[in-house]
Amino acid sequence: MATLTLCGKELVVDADGNLANRTEWTEEIARDLAAQEGIAELTPQHWAVINFMRSVFMKEGDSPSIRRLTKESGVDTKTLYQLFPKGPAKKAARIGGLPKPKGCI
Amino acid sequence: MTTEAQPIERVSIIVSRGSLEGVYPGLIMANGARMEGIEASLFFTFFGLDAIIKKRMAGLKVATVGNPGLHMPTLLGALPGMSAFATGMMKKEIEKLDIPPVPEFMTMIHDAGCAIYACKATVEMFHLKRGDFSEEVDDIISVGQFYEKSAGAQIIFT
Repeated sequence: MATLTLCGKELVVDADGNLANRTEWTEEIARDLAAQEGIAELTPQHWAVINFMRSVFMKEGDSPSIRRLTKESGVDTKTLYQLFPKGPAKKAARIGGLPKPKGCI
Repeated sequence: MTTEAQPIERVSIIVSRGSLEGVYPGLIMANGARMEGIEASLFFTFFGLDAIIKKRMAGLKVATVGNPGLHMPTLLGALPGMSAFATGMMKKEIEKLDIPPVPEFMTMIHDAGCAIYACKATVEMFHLKRGDFSEEVDDIISVGQFYEKSAGAQIIFT
């Protein structure tokens, strides 16, 4: 099993490099994961997206689609891609300590 | 001999058909590329142009004749209202998957940073004007320009 050392902790990650154990996630770890993705600072808008992803995942067991993210997170598509240039759903999931979204949309 | 597989960095997707089932795959692939952080552009040609023509994009239909995938006898498929029925069914299933209707999807894909082009030869063939197209269309370009813009990209024809 691959591991990642963040915030002084050794964390197990899945094949996509996302945290294998969601309960180990902290906001500190999120900041380190963001830095790995080239996001120097997590702004309130980043957090709005990450927290929305997490709340949907906790309730439904999968991450929301990009359409739902656009409609319900309060952040529009253009801004989503500015915040997470390499793919908003995928990157926000990783930073939020969730597995890579399964859906195609 | 094995070589390391290179991740895809750019795609150019050609949409050449104007039926609902002809248009959606290209849109889903373009959106999916952007979601993976892959650069993407869409090039609409021939009847694919219907997907970016303002008056038509919301009204694309499933082809019920000459479409063996539907498993419907040709004569049945030709009955009045059959295409509308099949279209309604498919739209319902598409909506269930949270895939947007074509006009909304086009805006979403464009906002995601995917360039959208119309094929110049077809635009001339059908006597269309810039104003006939939805505002997401970035430009009307020739095949040559399409290849130039696709430098380094994988080209996908649908």
